[in-house]
Amino acid sequence: MNTIPVKQVEAGAGEYRKLTVNIFRHNPQDENSVPHMDTFEVEEADSMTLFILLNEIRENQDPTVQFDFVCRAGICGSCAMLVNGRPKLACRTLTQELPQVLNLAPLPGFELIGDLSVNTGKWMRNMSEHLETWIHNREQERDFCELEEKMEPEVADKIYELERCVECGCCIAACGTAQMRADFVGAVGINQLARFKIDPRDDRTDADFYEVLGTEEGVFGCMTLLGCDDMCPKELPLAQQIAYMRRKMALAEV
Amino acid sequence: MSAVEHAVKPSRWPAYMDIVQGATGLFLVLFMWTHMFMVSSILISKDAMYWVARMFEGEPILGKPYPALVSGFAVFILSLIVIHAFLALRRFPATARQYNTMNKHIGNLKHSDTTLWYVQVFTGFALFFMASVHLYQLIFHPSNIGPYASSDRVWSGMMWPLYLIMLFVVELHAGIGIYRLVIKWGLFLGDNPKRNRHRLHVLKWILTVFFLVLGLATLGAYMKIGYEHAHQAGERYSPSWQDPANAAHHE
Ligand code: SF4
Ligand code: SF4
Ligand code: FES
Repeated sequence: MNTIPVKQVEAGAGEYRKLTVNIFRHNPQDENSVPHMDTFEVEEADSMTLFILLNEIRENQDPTVQFDFVCRAGICGSCAMLVNGRPKLACRTLTQELPQVLNLAPLPGFELIGDLSVNTGKWMRNMSEHLETWIHNREQERDFCELEEKMEPEVADKIYELERCVECGCCIAACGTAQMRADFVGAVGINQLARFKIDPRDDRTDADFYEVLGTEEGVFGCMTLLGCDDMCPKELPLAQQIAYMRRKMALAEV
Repeated sequence: MSAVEHAVKPSRWPAYMDIVQGATGLFLVLFMWTHMFMVSSILISKDAMYWVARMFEGEPILGKPYPALVSGFAVFILSLIVIHAFLALRRFPATARQYNTMNKHIGNLKHSDTTLWYVQVFTGFALFFMASVHLYQLIFHPSNIGPYASSDRVWSGMMWPLYLIMLFVVELHAGIGIYRLVIKWGLFLGDNPKRNRHRLHVLKWILTVFFLVLGLATLGAYMKIGYEHAHQAGERYSPSWQDPANAAHHE
C-alpha cells in the first residue's frame, strides 16, 4: 500500500500538463515576512509526485522554498501538507490525481517553521508525554536473558495495524475539533492509547487510561466529524478505534 | 473527600455528558419517527387518525380521553430537548475565532461528514425554537388534536409554514444525528469499518428522504382538510362509528 504504482509511458514533448503551483510562503522568524502565495509553473512528468515537483521547483526556480522530506516513501510522516485544502503526504501524492492548479499550504494546527514546513514533532511529543504513549509495566527491571512472554498472533497483528501511524499530523489538520480546540489530543493520540490498551505488556487499567483520556480534551471531545478517518494517509481504522476507546472510557471505573 | 483528592480524581462528568447527550438524542429521534408514523395516520383515513389521537389520550385503557396525558408527555419531550440542547451547546463554536477556524476548515476540506456537522449545529439551533413553539401549543391545548382540530390548527391557525420548515430541519438533524451517534459508539462497523460506514451513510439518506416524503404527504393532507373545513373551523370530528348525536357528549 505504501508503493506508488509506476507506470512507464513513452511521451513526447508537450504531452504533459503545465501545472500551476501556488505555494504558501512565510518565514515566522523574519519580522518583515508577510504571508503570501508564490506561483510556479512546472511541467508535469510521468508518475510525478509532489515530492518530485517540489524538488524541481527548489532546484530550478527558487532555492528558498522550505518543505520537509525524509523517506519519500510514506514512512517518516514528515511531508504532510495541505494540497488544495486537504491534508496529504506529498511524497505519496501523484500529480496526475490532481487538477492543473495546485494550492500547497502548511498543515494547520502546528507551529510553522517556514513555508510548507511545520513542527509536527513538537506537537506529537507534547501529546505523547501528556498521554504517556509507551508501555507501562509494573515489573521494575526486565531480565533480558529471559525469553519474552508469547503473544497471540492475532493480538500482534492488531497492535501492528495501529502501530502503522507515522505521526504525520494529517488527522489533526483534518479534524474540526482539533482545529477549534488546540488542546484536543486528536485521533493520533486516541489511536495510540488504543494500541497500548490492547497490548498485554501494558499493565495500565481502564481507570489509568481514563485519567488522561476521559476528558473533553480526550476522547469525549471528539465530535465524530471523521475527517481523521477519511484523510489518514495510512488508512488506519481511526473511527473504530475512537469508538472503542469511547466505550471503554464510558464504562471505566474511576 | 479532601480538596486534594477532589482535584486529582478524574471526573466522570465528561463521560456522563457524552452518554446522556447520545441517549437523549437517540430517544428523540426514535420518538420523532414514531410521531411521524402516528401523525401520518391521516393518510389512511380521518377515522384512523381520530383513533390514534384518542389512544394517546388513554381512552382504550382509561375509558375516556385524558388530554392531560398529552400535555404531560409533551413536557417530558420538551425537557429532553432542553437537556439535549444544553449538552450539545458545549460543542458549538463559542468564539468568533472558532467560527472563523471552522468556516475555513470546512471550506478547505470539502469533507461531507464535517460539513454535515455544521448542518447539524444550525438545524439543532433552529429546532430548539421551533420545537418549543410546537410543544408549547400542545402543552396548553392538548385536546386540540384530531382530524379537524389539527387540520384547523395547520390551515386556519397558520401553523403550516412552521411545520413545513420544521419538517426539513428535524429530518436533517435527526438523520445526521443518528448516523453520527451510531459511528460515535462504533455500532455496526463490523470488520470492514470503511465499507460499513459508507452503507450507514446511504441508509441515513434513504431514511431522511423517506420521512421527508411521508411528512410532506401528511402535511399536505392536513392542509387540504383544513382548507376544506375552514368555514367551520373549530368544529370537532366525529368518527363514523359514533352516533353523531353522542359526539358532543363524548368530547
Ligand atoms: S493516525 Fe494517520 S493521519 Fe494521524 S498521524 Fe497517524 S498516520 Fe497520520
Ligand atoms: S472523529 Fe472527528 S472530531 Fe474525532 S478525532 Fe476524528 S476528525 Fe476529530
Ligand atoms: S517523506 Fe516520509 S512520509 Fe513523505
